[in-house]
Amino acid sequence: MAKSGTNFFIKDMIGRPGVSSADRFFRATVLTGALSVLVITCVIAFELVRNSVLPIKKFGWSFLWGTTWDPIAEVFGGLPFLYGTLVSSILALLIAVPVGLGVAIFLSELAPRRASDPIAFLVELLAAVPSVIYGLVGIFVFVPWVRNFIEPALSGTLGFLPLFRGAPYGVGMLTAGLVLAMMVVPFIVSVSREILMAVPRSQREAILSLGATRWEMVRVAVLPYARSGIMGSIFLALARALGETMAVTMVIGNRPEIRLSLFEPGYTMAAVIANEFTEATGDLYLQALIEIGLVLFAVTILVNALARLMIHSVFTKVEVRE
Amino acid sequence: MIPGLLLRRRVTNVVMLSLTGVSTALVLGVLFFILGYITYHGISALDWDFFTKLPKPVGEKGGGMANAIVGTIKLLFLASLIGVPIGFMGGVYLSEYGRKNTAGFLIRYAADLLNGIPSIVMGIFAYTIVVLPMGHFSTVAGGVALGIMMIPIAVRSSEEFLKLVPATVREAGLALGLSEWKVVCFIVIPTAFRGIVTGIMLDLARVAGETAPLLFTAFSNRFWSRGWLEPTASLPVMIYTYAIAPYEDWHRQAWAAGMVLLMLVLGANVVSRLILHRQLKG
Amino acid sequence: MKKLIIAGLLVLGLVGPAMADSMLINGAGATFPYPVYSKWFDEYAKIHPDIHINYQSIGSGGGIRQASEMTVDFGATDGPMNDEQIKNAKVKLLHFPTVMGAVVPTYNIPGVTTELKFTPGALAGIFLGKITKWNDPEIAKANAGVTLPDQSIAVVHRSDGSGTTFIWVDFLSKISPEWKEKVGVGTSVNWPVGLGGKGNEGVAGLVKQTPYSIGYVELIYAVQNKIDFGLVQNSAGKFIKASLESVTAAAAGAAKAMPADFRISLTNAPGEMSYPIASFTWLLIPEKIDDPKKGKAIVGFLKWMLKDGQGMAPALEYAPLPKEVVAMEEKALGQIRY
Repeated sequence: MAKSGTNFFIKDMIGRPGVSSADRFFRATVLTGALSVLVITCVIAFELVRNSVLPIKKFGWSFLWGTTWDPIAEVFGGLPFLYGTLVSSILALLIAVPVGLGVAIFLSELAPRRASDPIAFLVELLAAVPSVIYGLVGIFVFVPWVRNFIEPALSGTLGFLPLFRGAPYGVGMLTAGLVLAMMVVPFIVSVSREILMAVPRSQREAILSLGATRWEMVRVAVLPYARSGIMGSIFLALARALGETMAVTMVIGNRPEIRLSLFEPGYTMAAVIANEFTEATGDLYLQALIEIGLVLFAVTILVNALARLMIHSVFTKVEVRE
Repeated sequence: MIPGLLLRRRVTNVVMLSLTGVSTALVLGVLFFILGYITYHGISALDWDFFTKLPKPVGEKGGGMANAIVGTIKLLFLASLIGVPIGFMGGVYLSEYGRKNTAGFLIRYAADLLNGIPSIVMGIFAYTIVVLPMGHFSTVAGGVALGIMMIPIAVRSSEEFLKLVPATVREAGLALGLSEWKVVCFIVIPTAFRGIVTGIMLDLARVAGETAPLLFTAFSNRFWSRGWLEPTASLPVMIYTYAIAPYEDWHRQAWAAGMVLLMLVLGANVVSRLILHRQLKG
Repeated sequence: MKKLIIAGLLVLGLVGPAMADSMLINGAGATFPYPVYSKWFDEYAKIHPDIHINYQSIGSGGGIRQASEMTVDFGATDGPMNDEQIKNAKVKLLHFPTVMGAVVPTYNIPGVTTELKFTPGALAGIFLGKITKWNDPEIAKANAGVTLPDQSIAVVHRSDGSGTTFIWVDFLSKISPEWKEKVGVGTSVNWPVGLGGKGNEGVAGLVKQTPYSIGYVELIYAVQNKIDFGLVQNSAGKFIKASLESVTAAAAGAAKAMPADFRISLTNAPGEMSYPIASFTWLLIPEKIDDPKKGKAIVGFLKWMLKDGQGMAPALEYAPLPKEVVAMEEKALGQIRY
């Protein structure tokens, strides 16, 4: 980015002789288009709230910790879906973060530049694969794998843990976590790689000159420096995992219940909306689903905001230090 | 230095660094596995019928997804009518006028918020503002949902490419006596044009694969969808419907559709990367 | 080049392949009769190329909802609407039975090839989560001579609002007071156990892919996908396999007792040869259709369905309507105004 240019903006021209009404008109038009982004976001939030009034009135905050989802008795509680969303996403992160960081470190520290860029591009392609395709491969490849190999292996070795009890269905929380992990790894890789590459050389050289091994350099000098940025990438990945619909609903088993074992089926906020929206008979039912959408909306906004904050802070730190 | 300690540090070094290599191989392996698996199953299922015929009744073999392919194209067209102008104008504002003012901050924030909204919530929104008032499902409703999803990426990528245009170019235009709007329209934007187009191409590729928002907006259709006000089949929704069903023939078609979709999406990604590469070099 | 693209898109938008005056009628609902409906709509389009009936099988709950909201032209359900649903609908919907079908317990037990017999108690116990292993005595006692494995039962049910569910739980409520009290009847219930699959297709798919599982699907889904299904004990104590004959037997008494609005339950019907988990399935047609051309087309289809359509049902394992019911419906068609 050209340094001299950052101080010179077109808008500085306003007020100078030669700025015509055509300029003002153009700017106003562009501004209107841009502001519609803001307007649309607000309208979405508004519509979600407006269309959730029935369950909000009936259940209030207890919607968030109610565990029954009974369309016949018209009792709706969102906790099983919150639980499922969080557990599947956290499981995905537990797998994706070490792997993703590993790839990011490899690409930023070990691979020569000529190889690093194409490989990074390939990893980013994973992010471009549509969700329904992950679901497709999930149903026909991963579910049988998990059912025939992974779940029996886990219950054979770690079966004493309540996490790995129960019959191997194949579909369930574990498979959902695995599929989600594949989907969010590219986010962790690409952001972390950028962050790691932004860490100044001086940090690395200082540690190496003290006799550290390559790995120690990474661990002591690079990672701590990049920590908040990496945290940001994790939150970004989390936000993506939370909202993921198709791939999850195709492999999670669709059962609104809170169970400890990862072999059991579960349900997420996005999946229940996808499955039950078109047929929610009764206004309370439909609006309860929309309220779930509202909760999802709120949670993803929160997580995204935190992510941006963290990533931003690394880059400002870099500017200050240099 | 104590020799044992040195050895341990060296071993740790080798082990950890190898693990990073293993992770990379693993991730790349996953990518190639998905590509390979879909291509393998998809290619054997692709035939001329797939591209030209309509779906057959349940349980009967054969048929194709011609209506779904056309449906996806129509949906993308509608989506770009919404996503491109708003996104582009947003990018222009942020880059040329809004780099450090409040309006700019708010718009950037809103774009990021919009980007984080899960696609299924977008579907709900489109359902409440298009399907309910209209009284039925339609291609338009699907286009609206996808179009709004396009906006944040279009904003960000247009902004980034416009910012890449050096200040000297703007200064030169002004020095020649052009008014500021002419500088923006006739110099800055054309310079960044290629980047902006690739950004939009990637954006389209991303929404082309979206299924969730279409489930209750564009719905689906076993026949041709005429005009813009009828429900329409689309590739992602067909893949979903066929994949969860028990009919072998539908599974076969799901693989074929998956391959077509994947090729389109990945193709757009690769092409745009090539275009950008050439621009940055040249 | 740009002009070509724009022109092409306009053409796509306006046409698809040229169909001068064709009309699209949208319907949605039950997955239970989807095989026969899709056959019917396909055949009808061959006879009347200008009428396209687009049916999406999203589940009976969806059919009721979308028809009540008028976001589709007609709905379809295997669980009749209850009084409250009829009251809350935006338009008065009439029920028209189309065919009768059976819901079967379908299972996937590696190594077991004989057809299993299920007592009502066994089915209720399995779906209540009280019977958890395949070699439970309640199942074994009806299947002497079959070695049932000591494996956990993976229960599969519908994740969407379903008339097939309605028929299944209607039966369970009739034969199990515990079920009736704990869970109840509806298109979407609070299942004590099990995985959720979307549509009959989803459940059949899950059962096919999950060993030691049991689910419930419409008969044709089990047959077309070659998944095993079992016999169910009826109210006369006999173990009956679902078939055209046993379903027709179940409907034999119903024809005489058919109410004017056609809402009747066939589960646990009396009769030695009756299959206990049978049901009518209905199309939900608005009493008043605003578009006269659409109204004419819909009534025309219904007339065809009651005559020629019925003949196509047996090939797909659905039982055609009893003659008395057909006569009643033909008269009732007059109620539809357009």
